Amino acid sequence: MKLALKIWRQDGPTDDGGMVRYDIDGVSEDSSFLEMLDLLNEQLIHSGEEPVAFDSDCREGICGACGVVINGEAHGPERTTTCQLHMRSFNDGDEIVIEPWRADAFPVIKDLCVDRSSFDRIIQAGGYVSVNTGSAPDANAVPVPKEHADRAFMAAECIGCGACVAACPNAAAMLFTGAKVTHLGELPQGQPERSARVLNMLDQHDAEGFGGCTNLGECTRACPKGIPLNVISQLNADYRRAGYGGSFDD
Amino acid sequence: MTDTVTRSNDTELVDGIYLEGDPISDSHAPGGDIAEMWTNRKFEGALVNPANRRKLSIIIVGTGLAGASAGATLGEAGYHVKSFCYQDSPRRAHSIAAQGGINAAKNYKGDGDSIHRLFYDTVKGGDYRSRETNVYRLAEVSVDIIDQCVAQGVPFARDYGGLLDNRSFGGVQVSRTFYARGQTGQQLLIGAYQALERQIAAGTVEMYSRHEMLELVVVDGKARGIIARDLVTGKIETHMADAVVLASGGYGNVFFLSTNAMGSNVTANWRAHRKGAYFANPCYTQIHPTCIPQSGDHQSKLTLMSESLRNDGRIWVPKKAEDCDKDPRELAEEDRDYYLERIYPSFGNLVPRDIASRQAKNMCDEGRGVGPAVDGVRRGVYLDFAAAIERMGEDAVRSKYGNLFDMYERITGENPYQVPMRIYPAVHYTMGGLWVDYDLQSTIPGLFVTGEANFSDHGANRLGASALMQGLADGYFVLPNTIRDYLAAGPFEAVAEDAPEVVAAQEAVQSRVDQFLSIDGTRSVDSYHKALGKIMWEKCGMERSDEGLREAIEEIRALRTDFWSNVKVLGTAEGLNQSLEKAGRVADFLELGELMCVDALHRRESCGGHFRAESQTEDGEALRHDDEFAYVAAWEWGGDDGAPVLHKEDLVYDFIELKQRSYK
Ligand SMILES: Cc1cc2nc3c(=O)[nH]c(=O)nc-3n(C[C@H](O)[C@H](O)[C@H](O)COP(=O)(O)OP(=O)(O)OC[C@H]3O[C@@H](n4cnc5c(N)ncnc54)[C@H](O)[C@@H]3O)c2cc1C
Ligand code: FES
Repeated sequence: MKLALKIWRQDGPTDDGGMVRYDIDGVSEDSSFLEMLDLLNEQLIHSGEEPVAFDSDCREGICGACGVVINGEAHGPERTTTCQLHMRSFNDGDEIVIEPWRADAFPVIKDLCVDRSSFDRIIQAGGYVSVNTGSAPDANAVPVPKEHADRAFMAAECIGCGACVAACPNAAAMLFTGAKVTHLGELPQGQPERSARVLNMLDQHDAEGFGGCTNLGECTRACPKGIPLNVISQLNADYRRAGYGGSFDD
Repeated sequence: MTDTVTRSNDTELVDGIYLEGDPISDSHAPGGDIAEMWTNRKFEGALVNPANRRKLSIIIVGTGLAGASAGATLGEAGYHVKSFCYQDSPRRAHSIAAQGGINAAKNYKGDGDSIHRLFYDTVKGGDYRSRETNVYRLAEVSVDIIDQCVAQGVPFARDYGGLLDNRSFGGVQVSRTFYARGQTGQQLLIGAYQALERQIAAGTVEMYSRHEMLELVVVDGKARGIIARDLVTGKIETHMADAVVLASGGYGNVFFLSTNAMGSNVTANWRAHRKGAYFANPCYTQIHPTCIPQSGDHQSKLTLMSESLRNDGRIWVPKKAEDCDKDPRELAEEDRDYYLERIYPSFGNLVPRDIASRQAKNMCDEGRGVGPAVDGVRRGVYLDFAAAIERMGEDAVRSKYGNLFDMYERITGENPYQVPMRIYPAVHYTMGGLWVDYDLQSTIPGLFVTGEANFSDHGANRLGASALMQGLADGYFVLPNTIRDYLAAGPFEAVAEDAPEVVAAQEAVQSRVDQFLSIDGTRSVDSYHKALGKIMWEKCGMERSDEGLREAIEEIRALRTDFWSNVKVLGTAEGLNQSLEKAGRVADFLELGELMCVDALHRRESCGGHFRAESQTEDGEALRHDDEFAYVAAWEWGGDDGAPVLHKEDLVYDFIELKQRSYK
């Protein structure tokens, strides 16, 4: 395949960036989007131009490292991660516009790489169960109904890639935060800290500069793991209850 | 603690390639009955009182299961921990990619499992090349791992009664594998990551993401710090501590095409090796039988399909080579060869990985492979779910393996519910790593090594679902108990940042960075990596021979020379420079690759995942030579111009009888 790529180039966090056009030929339909960028980078190196910086690691859709905006859509036209998007989703001769995630809470480091450490700080604010090593009861001592375990699992599948933020017009991280609140809130182990968790995580979410949720649903449409919008409802319900000093016993 | 092993005066090279040094006489395992050893060691080890822990600092390189679990546990205990990873967040460490599951001797199924059986299976599965004492301990603490993870909120699969579910994995006949669909590694890592983040918030752990360790600092013979590069600013930083832990993962990426993450590397281990840490069994590579076959030259990685698929999928190839390009659905039962079920009737499709891999290769070498031909040979066999779909229904198959099927379809463009999947072996895991004693301490005092980065538990072949178990065993339960014995003698005298050893290490890192940027040759780093990978796969992969390995050593040396005069790294040392990062990693792989071939060459036996063409039984099975090779090969760095020095640690089996492995 032959393609025209328009890629955001930015030397460093404080530099002004801009779009640069590159033409590329000989792209296999079976290659992934990132393998296509690898090919471009090989060509750039040969011509003495610095390769395009982008993040990736596992290249199998599970680590959450990769992520760019492709033709205006987070991770591109299919509901998957950028590393699992394959070139058969494009046509010969296409023009493809590639940009980094756009959000104040995700400052650009270079080219297509952004800093997502704000996500880690949201987890630090309470996205865990406080259990020290070696003090756990037998794993089967507390049965967990299958529906709860399954729902917890569904929410726990979030890979923290940031597509939800990039897709949201308000750059909210509510899908990410809601997923963690739902994951731990569905399990008996997560109950003792449930109120504090949602309050603290949301405070941190706001402090990081993420916007508020206005229920547009762009986040869930962009989510490569299909985390549903109802984790945000659970987040809101937990927040209201925690804010009013209510309990979760009922 | 560790014996100093002196180099042999004999300067005659063995076989023209290496020197032989003194054997390693002691792995520091406590004596007594194997079931009591760990309890005894914990009791005998010195304690550090809580007030003193705050004054002790530990550097941990790596935030995978091994590193994150250790960081969280040591932070909780009150030590001051500095944690490093090259990714932007500790949550992205390569452990996240593990699919199938984690073993534990819980015997929740009541199917005859026990600590002893897990111990036995692991030693046997490793083809009697792992250290008995370490493996027993692994089996012993496996039980606590599951409890710990469940308490953290890891959503393991459950049955309708709300209790934990299990499945079985290649090489064993009991169901002892805990899993979270096909995303077990992800869920376990998120658990450990959350525990780590909790400690970061508590101030006991300082996290350095996007930092790469490039050198180990050894002062007075002890590991005292590291030199790391901040990958965002390019700044070269010095971090000092009372002890250093390497949890930096495996080196399977030496093959370029592997199931490892793009950034997986050997640098942390290799730099430590060059500073005196022995590298054990480097040639022990695990080849995983169920990966998606390669489709062409553009590929940057291979993707694994969880081995759990072998529980329900049946593996076959056409009986006749001329049927290989037919639609598999149209081949009648009697025209199919379910070769694993035929050759190994009692284990069938569940034989261990090395056997499943080798037989797949044999079928393709015989000309009965399926799928598109790459370089003229079809390299694929069918993994067929038709029978399972008929037996369980498509929905049940979907709920068990859905995400794996989706992944397969995304990569290949074929629907595995309708057409059998195609699989082929790929490099997946490395059993070799830095040599450690029973306490997980390397030959450099104060340098501990955990998880895939060390060598101790899996012998010549790793059974499925055992790496996750080892990573978490090391991090949550073993290291925190053994490192305290070392730290009890501390805090050690502070080392000045301008001490000669520190300055030398800083300068070494700086000059390497400068050198990469100044060579200004014509070839990209990736092109060297691919070339190295090809040599390694062809000549030090699933099958090795004396002749091939000797050629490989020459080819790698030539490639390395070319690299240092002709590599092209653009950009600057300031700021993010991914080519520069890769250059450092590939430079180290170019040295490791040679040592892997040397190790493979000297081991003239077939064993585990290492099949030596000259050593096979009449029916083509691997032939081990226990009389000659029942030892760990621990290599000492011989200097830039010297030859590596081999130290042997004899493997003594006191609690398990050493037998020929059979799965028939
Ligand atoms: C696709 C796949 C599936 C697998 N499935 C299973 C399974 O089902 N069951 C099972 O038991 N095992 C499985 N394994 C194996 C298992 O996942 C790994 O062996 C294990 O997770 C390794 O954990 P670790 O903590 O030792 O290292 P890793 O998780 O690899 O972590 C390495 C860490 O070190 C850091 N690091 C490395 N070098 C440096 C450096 N120089 N400076 C700073 N930081 C550095 C990295 O950033 C990372 O944080 C699988 C492996 C793969 C590839
Ligand atoms: S690189 Fe890991 S999800 Fe894409």
